[in-house]
Amino acid sequence: MNRESASNGHSIQTETPKQWQLRLYVAGQTPKSVAAFANLKRICEEYLAGEFEIEVVDLIANPRLAKDDQIVAIPTLVRKLPEPIRKIIGDLSDTERTLVGLQLRSGLKMKE
Amino acid sequence: MCGSAGCGKTLLGVEFLVRGATLFDEPGVFIAFEETAEELAQNVRSLGFDLEGLIEQKKLAVDYIHIERNEIEETGEYDLEGLFIRLGYAIDSIGAKRIVLDSLETLFAGLSNVAILRSELRRLFRWLKEKGVTAIITAERGSGTFTRHGLEEYVSDCVLLLDHRVDGQISTRRLRIVKYRGSSHGTNEFPFLIDEGGISVFPITSLQLQHEASTERVSIGVPALDAMLGGEGVFRGSSVLLSGTAGVGKTSLACHAADACCRRGERCLYIAFEESEAQLLRNMRSIGLNLELWVKKGLLRFHAARPTMNGLEMHLASIHKLVEEFQPSLVIVDPITNFISSGTVSEASSMMMRLVDYLKARQITTLLTNLNRNGGALEQTELDISSLIDTWLLLRDIELNGERNRGLYILKSRGMSHSNQIREFLLTDQGILLTDVYLGPDGVLTGSARLAQEAKEMATAAQRNQEIERKRGELSRRQQALEAQIAVLQLQFQTDKEEMERDITTEQVYLKKLEQSRQEMAFSRKAESNGSPGSQKKVRK
Repeated sequence: MNRESASNGHSIQTETPKQWQLRLYVAGQTPKSVAAFANLKRICEEYLAGEFEIEVVDLIANPRLAKDDQIVAIPTLVRKLPEPIRKIIGDLSDTERTLVGLQLRSGLKMKE
Repeated sequence: MCGSAGCGKTLLGVEFLVRGATLFDEPGVFIAFEETAEELAQNVRSLGFDLEGLIEQKKLAVDYIHIERNEIEETGEYDLEGLFIRLGYAIDSIGAKRIVLDSLETLFAGLSNVAILRSELRRLFRWLKEKGVTAIITAERGSGTFTRHGLEEYVSDCVLLLDHRVDGQISTRRLRIVKYRGSSHGTNEFPFLIDEGGISVFPITSLQLQHEASTERVSIGVPALDAMLGGEGVFRGSSVLLSGTAGVGKTSLACHAADACCRRGERCLYIAFEESEAQLLRNMRSIGLNLELWVKKGLLRFHAARPTMNGLEMHLASIHKLVEEFQPSLVIVDPITNFISSGTVSEASSMMMRLVDYLKARQITTLLTNLNRNGGALEQTELDISSLIDTWLLLRDIELNGERNRGLYILKSRGMSHSNQIREFLLTDQGILLTDVYLGPDGVLTGSARLAQEAKEMATAAQRNQEIERKRGELSRRQQALEAQIAVLQLQFQTDKEEMERDITTEQVYLKKLEQSRQEMAFSRKAESNGSPGSQKKVRK
């Protein structure tokens, strides 16, 4: 729960409910996890400013939680909202693919 | 554990855990990638495994890991730490000693980065070993390799290959140990069976010729036949073959043996491939055998099945299972010839050999019937198992004078003196009767020919008797005649005797008279006054 509460501190916006609810599963402070969080934060700030909420779950502290979202790979980013649920695994270093995974590419196009 | 679809991988995995939890008190974890916990519990319930109960007792944990490819996007580096954490959590929650992963295939299907997967799986195997849990990992059969990804078979210590082969429309499950580090393992394929008790494996070639030989004799149910077999029947634990053409009474004789076995209070297993239990019971009632009684008492069990229902190995396996369960002292297989229809002749004979060996090793008397097809030599079985057989009874029909009769003789009986005679085999409503056949100048006669011959002999005998009577009469008549003659002669003799005696008396009287007259004469001549004979002599001198 430490990571989770810490992650709330990283959330850019705290008002609820946000249009985008993202949950990042990590296992301890591994380089991949740290990189994933940094990449996620960067992407969200760039494309979803003010519309997102990130929750970080550390499975080492809460192994039970891995079951709910069927987590196998680490790190995994789960898009809880908007539906449907999407999962992006890896350190999110490929921005383009992350955007596709979050289905932000089409969303941006519509905004335009 | 590798194998193609439907060969029983999941089942073997579940049984591994359930037996571990119930028999060895080793809790286990089942990681299902393909079925949910509910589906899994439902699927194995038919095998008598109560997964929910074990989960409640904390002896089993089932975790369903689901990976949906189309909701996953891969970006950059990742590892399978999530899987490790889940496994670790499941193992630690119940202190598991065993784990089954069914199957890793799903990971490869769900994640595209094979390089990461392979290295992570290697790490997983190592990690499981460090945790001290025995793991079964199931994998799909690949082409050319045992597993599709050619990975699991190298990193694991033991590889089990499961196979489900269809041969002539009959499928047989087989199991082979491909490798097992640090052990000398059987390398052959072993057939296995999945039924309501789970999986049963029967080693097929581990049997050796070391069975004990009992000197105890058991009756075969027909007293005359026992008498032919040295008076006491066959040895316990020996193999008896009844062969003959269709309709010579093989089944009836086998049922007599079953009846005799149950009468002794021993159990008998009757494996019937041609008739159902009800049909056999009905038919045997007509020859005076009430087998139903033994069935009700639990001494006789029928196992009626079509030979084509299973492969040969399956038959062997199910017979093994029945024998273990029922512990009979007599096993009847009626007829063995039908095994050919579920395999080739050589397969069938190797199977029979194993069956006979197995039963012998357990000191179970085996009675096999063999149907001789028309045209085949009688002293030959189609399965070529005659050399395995200790006592071979041959039933044959003897065709003579437009009738067909049954004859029985003992072709061989190891280790006992036995009759070399052909007996006529009669099925009556009191059961089987063996009578001596008529052996005359015209050869062997049976049936009505024998009866006719017997009648003829009886007539001849009667004639002879009459002749004897006649002769006896004549003799007595002659004797009478002789006696009569003797009487006549005696009578004559008596007459003669009387006559002669009369003459003698007359002569004596005459002589007396003569003396008298002489004395009188002397007296008159004034001789001595005492007329004694001495004076007479003196006078003479």
